[in-house]
Amino acid sequence: MSIRTWKAGLMAAGIMVLAATGASAQTLRIGLAEDPDMLDPAMAKAFVGRIVFTGLCDKLVDLAPDLKIIPQLATEWSWSDDNKSLTMKLRQGVTFHDGEPFNAEAVKFNLERSLNKPGSARRSEIVAIQTIDVVDPYTVRLNLSAPSAPLLAALSDRAGMMISPKAAQAAGDNFARAPVCSGPYKFVERIAQDRIVLEKFDKHWNAAAFPVQRVVYLPIPDTTVRLANLQSGGLEIIERTAPADLPTVRSDSSLKLEQATSLGYQGITFNMANGPRADNVLAKDVKVRQAFELALDRTIINQVGFEGEHTIGNQPVAPNNPFYAKTVPVQERDLEQAKKLMEEAGHGRVKVELMTPNNPEQLRVAEVIQALTGEAGFDVSVNATEFASGLDRQTRGDFEAFLIGWSGRADPDGNTHNFISCKGGLNDGKYCNPEVDAHLNAARTTNDLEARKAEYQKAAELYLADHERIYLYHQNWFWSLSSKVTGFKPHPDGMIRLEGVSVAK
Amino acid sequence: MLAFMARRLAVSIPTLVLISLLVFSLQLLLPGDPALAIAGDERTPEMLAFIREKYHLNDPIVVQYWYWLTGVLSGDMGISIRSQMPVTELILTKLPVTLQLGIMAMIIALAIGIPAGIISAVRKGSAWDVGANVVALSGISIPNFWLGIMLIMLVSVQWGLLPASGYTSPLEDPVRNIQTMIMPAFVLGTGIAAIMMRHTRSSMLSSLQADYVRTARAKGLSERIVVLRHAFRNALIPVVTLGTLQLGELLSGAVLTEQIFTIPGFGKLIVDAVFNRDYAVVQGVVLFTGTAFILMNLLADMLYFLLNPRLRA
Repeated sequence: MSIRTWKAGLMAAGIMVLAATGASAQTLRIGLAEDPDMLDPAMAKAFVGRIVFTGLCDKLVDLAPDLKIIPQLATEWSWSDDNKSLTMKLRQGVTFHDGEPFNAEAVKFNLERSLNKPGSARRSEIVAIQTIDVVDPYTVRLNLSAPSAPLLAALSDRAGMMISPKAAQAAGDNFARAPVCSGPYKFVERIAQDRIVLEKFDKHWNAAAFPVQRVVYLPIPDTTVRLANLQSGGLEIIERTAPADLPTVRSDSSLKLEQATSLGYQGITFNMANGPRADNVLAKDVKVRQAFELALDRTIINQVGFEGEHTIGNQPVAPNNPFYAKTVPVQERDLEQAKKLMEEAGHGRVKVELMTPNNPEQLRVAEVIQALTGEAGFDVSVNATEFASGLDRQTRGDFEAFLIGWSGRADPDGNTHNFISCKGGLNDGKYCNPEVDAHLNAARTTNDLEARKAEYQKAAELYLADHERIYLYHQNWFWSLSSKVTGFKPHPDGMIRLEGVSVAK
Repeated sequence: MLAFMARRLAVSIPTLVLISLLVFSLQLLLPGDPALAIAGDERTPEMLAFIREKYHLNDPIVVQYWYWLTGVLSGDMGISIRSQMPVTELILTKLPVTLQLGIMAMIIALAIGIPAGIISAVRKGSAWDVGANVVALSGISIPNFWLGIMLIMLVSVQWGLLPASGYTSPLEDPVRNIQTMIMPAFVLGTGIAAIMMRHTRSSMLSSLQADYVRTARAKGLSERIVVLRHAFRNALIPVVTLGTLQLGELLSGAVLTEQIFTIPGFGKLIVDAVFNRDYAVVQGVVLFTGTAFILMNLLADMLYFLLNPRLRA
């Protein structure tokens, strides 16, 4: 090899190194708590996948931090007078990552795909849609079988994500392996259990608002290791920082902390009528359940389980949610009243088996519950169960009380109807109060905010008095960021929206 | 030789069938409905019915086994229920990662274990010996995960020398690849190094007492040649056997190490699959591992056959 070739080679290598450092300066690495499942918005089921979709796929509408629905691919929308059809005006000049145009036909294709594709996880969210009319190339009308106020909120999530019809048809069941959407970042590669890489889509309608060039999502399930990666400069953002790690983050000047109260809740589900295990005084006597709740101290539970870092509450939505029923606020612990109720009920000491996910935090919570209720006359035995088994037992009714929660939805319907209504698909305790159902159903039929609030309040007054489950607290999302990251806005849905986010060199 | 191999292979096939049957029935004992585990938040009746139908979860176990077996025989191990990726592809992409980790860990184990064993045998009772024994005992007793977390805290967070976790392919960036793998390989290797050291030491101690060593010394050979050429060579035989046995240890140790360092290898694949009730992946990985073990044993038997003339008789 001549000296000249050597020199040329060295120069080329130098340029490559420079190019590589230039690119890495604009790379945002995000540590996720789990590995997402399939990257097809119609099929995906895991919460964590939604974080990746937020960079990859635009939605018809988006959710603001105050839970208001704001435009994204749809610029404006209106309901018909009977609330049975929703007309949406679409953004013009939007293209999918494969260069295909986004228009009303594409919306029709996507919604029909979500409704009809076998195994679609979105069908139940938008099942109210009966037909879809393409009014003109940029106007679409969704005709519903019955009014459905929660529909818009569903369209602010995976059901509203638009994928390229051409790519979807070409890929069939393999779409998830190389998803093609119209979001600010396009898919580059995925190595299962290791990383998902996205790259900036220069033709995005709002490309200027996304300074980061490359986004890498790295699933790192261990919270300590996730934080260690952030501290050592291997990541720029991590989601779901453990409450026990928060003092470390707060005291580290190279890090910063952002937080938001989640849309979900954690609590105790009682088996009210699901099979023979509901045959006990806890399920049958409301006084016993009321005593159980009065014996609990949510502040202590929060303190022992989570260093006091979560938000206590007593309803399916957090106290800062617009739909929180203010007429039935959180009650303080009242041990005397609890004891009195137990005496009136006259069952002596009541045995309760509390099924608990077998992670250290939840076990601590269960033990606090055991101690607190013990003083009021309950003998709680804690039964730690691996998550998948617990889910199975819950569905089959093989439990008395289950310490479990719900990840939450933007619309209160998503936190209530499925869990509390008599025929709710996730109502595993089989609680049933037709009056509650009437209010929950009524809240679906109107788009008037105040009228909906009133219905949810009436429902809450009824089901909270039944003590069919005990809502304990609402998890807070904790994102830890390198101080080099600017422009991050926390949202209650736990997503990482990349608009305006940039990484300083 | 050929007859020997044919006999061994013939025995291997029923063993594999037995392994697959065992895995199939064992996972039925796992509590929890896979359809529920997969559907998660979206567990509507239609969704559960769809999943059960698609993955034959409604069929009797014998029928499920038949679907799986015919698939495997035609080279198709099924697809992962969670990620929708073919199991064969998952295994083939994860395998090189774990192999690299295992080889690096083995090199570290040998590089530490054998010299330490020799030195402590030669200088029996000295401070060296005691020190090496203490280190070896700690190596055996300290759990992988604790050592892993401590190393991350010290080397990555405090000193900022190595990436805390993750994996980079050597094809993409060889330097970074070594940087990400060195800590996990060290964690995995130290446990084995400790066992190696203990065995080398005891094996060396007995060869140092042997007659041929005394003869070698009497011949006036230097101590260095006596130890390395005469005693160590003979002491190595049981150590090599142990080394082969430790390969299995490596694979199971990799399960934990890969979890801590978030290395997308074989161990992480199977643990995540068990938690997600991703049966196809669990079956595929176990079958693959079983086959690999049987092949390795076969290879070892053949080597003995070649090396030991007495076996051929």
